[in-house]
Amino acid sequence: MTSMGTSSFEITVNIIKTLAVFLMMVQAVPILVWLERRGSAFIQNRFGPNRVGPLGLVQLLADAVKFLHKEDFVPDKANRFLFYAAPVFALIPASIAYMAIPMSTPLILGESRFLIQGFEINVGIVFILGISSLAAYTILMAGWGSGSKFSLMGAMRASAQIISYELALGLSIVGVIMTYGTFNLTDMITAQMGALNFSGFGYTTTISWLPNWGIFYQPVAAVIFFAAAFAESNRLPFDLAEGEAELVAGFHTEYGGFKMLMFFIGEYGHMMIAAGLMTTFFFGGYLIPYITPDDVYQFGLNNFGSETAAHIFNSAVHFLMYNVKFALFLWIFIHVRWTLPRFRYDQLMDLGWKTMLPWALGNTIVTSIVIFSAAYFSISFPPAVEDVLKQIFKYFTRT
Amino acid sequence: MPLGGIIFITVFIAVFGVILIYLARAIGGVAKRTSKAKMEIYECGIEEIEKKDTKVSVKFYLTAILFILFDIEIIFMYPWAVNFRDFIASGSGAFVFISMMIFLAIFIYGLWWEIKSKALEWD
Repeated sequence: MTSMGTSSFEITVNIIKTLAVFLMMVQAVPILVWLERRGSAFIQNRFGPNRVGPLGLVQLLADAVKFLHKEDFVPDKANRFLFYAAPVFALIPASIAYMAIPMSTPLILGESRFLIQGFEINVGIVFILGISSLAAYTILMAGWGSGSKFSLMGAMRASAQIISYELALGLSIVGVIMTYGTFNLTDMITAQMGALNFSGFGYTTTISWLPNWGIFYQPVAAVIFFAAAFAESNRLPFDLAEGEAELVAGFHTEYGGFKMLMFFIGEYGHMMIAAGLMTTFFFGGYLIPYITPDDVYQFGLNNFGSETAAHIFNSAVHFLMYNVKFALFLWIFIHVRWTLPRFRYDQLMDLGWKTMLPWALGNTIVTSIVIFSAAYFSISFPPAVEDVLKQIFKYFTRT
Repeated sequence: MPLGGIIFITVFIAVFGVILIYLARAIGGVAKRTSKAKMEIYECGIEEIEKKDTKVSVKFYLTAILFILFDIEIIFMYPWAVNFRDFIASGSGAFVFISMMIFLAIFIYGLWWEIKSKALEWD
């Protein structure tokens, strides 16, 4: 356990921290389900759950109690071990991968330094991609263990879909890695601090009214990554796994009660990973635009006096900022679900293999060519053209 | 690698899940066998069609094989991507860039061949 801290105090805090992140994820699911049901209701011009508690907020608690009282059903034809293991396994990859995403600036208490994330991993991206793709096994376990033909077909479709979009997802990140030159998510966020700053071809340009976010360097990668993340988390418009018109409910046809709820937690967990990674790669992570963490720390120091209070204030403000961005992406997930219709299966596979994979490949090649030539060549214009360009730059870089 | 933390939380989540399932089983009870049809797998009223009677398209197998090929090729790009700027800084950028472009040309040829041979057509 040396990797978790040097003193017993640090180890205790780190253990509590991992548990807190896990429980935070689990308790975010009822809120998201409530948000999804209310949101869909307003999109479809109806009310949604509004009876249990204020605004229907306690609805999911009531549902959970009802789930607990459902009798535990296993079909005779099912493989009992796989049938029970699948929902338990559904929780694991989503939660562990989410813990590697940094959520705030490190909290410094005296000698100790605590990262506001489950655990820091130096190869964060590779770890998250590797762990979250284990979700395909959950679906296959559920589909095979149920012993039903609908489950099996749903599982086959879902796993083929997940692995197909895994390619586009993995390839779109190559451009991002090249831009930042690191696998570490905290380093990526630090690189996005300050104003937008292009340098290369012998020129350096700073655009002070835009933050230095990844989306301005890798817009194509952002679009491909977000679209592939929908397919990875089995959300509409890519939820072919549970196309109820053809497959009843896909891989969880035979499941009900609490076991069904655990699949839900897994699915929402993958949504949270996608939203967190979108925030981290392309939208500056926990950073506040125009303000550096040092400014926030100084503000805290001036107003609260003690250093400890200033560090806690710093972490809390950035944690809030991360959650604002994170919630925005989760809302986009929900909004898209109730806006777009479902794809047909051959369209889905064509989109993944013949559209998104070539675009991600093109993005990789263009990024590498730009980085390479920006370092090796410098462009010189005739004086008249350079004057015009300077006027344009002046327009963009005005403060 | 914070291996200790990962192992700890994995075990914790697994135990958490098992406890939830046992809790639901203890409160809700085990399904009573009131009839034979109740314990059958889902089917719309006709005799059950099981997993072993189901035929699955061979296209799924083909997709999985192609995925393994392409995924390994993509994984090869990761170390190159993370070190690309360092190679440029150390002066060997041209060699690394050109060798990766040759690799990508093979990748693109493979993708083109795969699309042309109709391995990805679903009907």
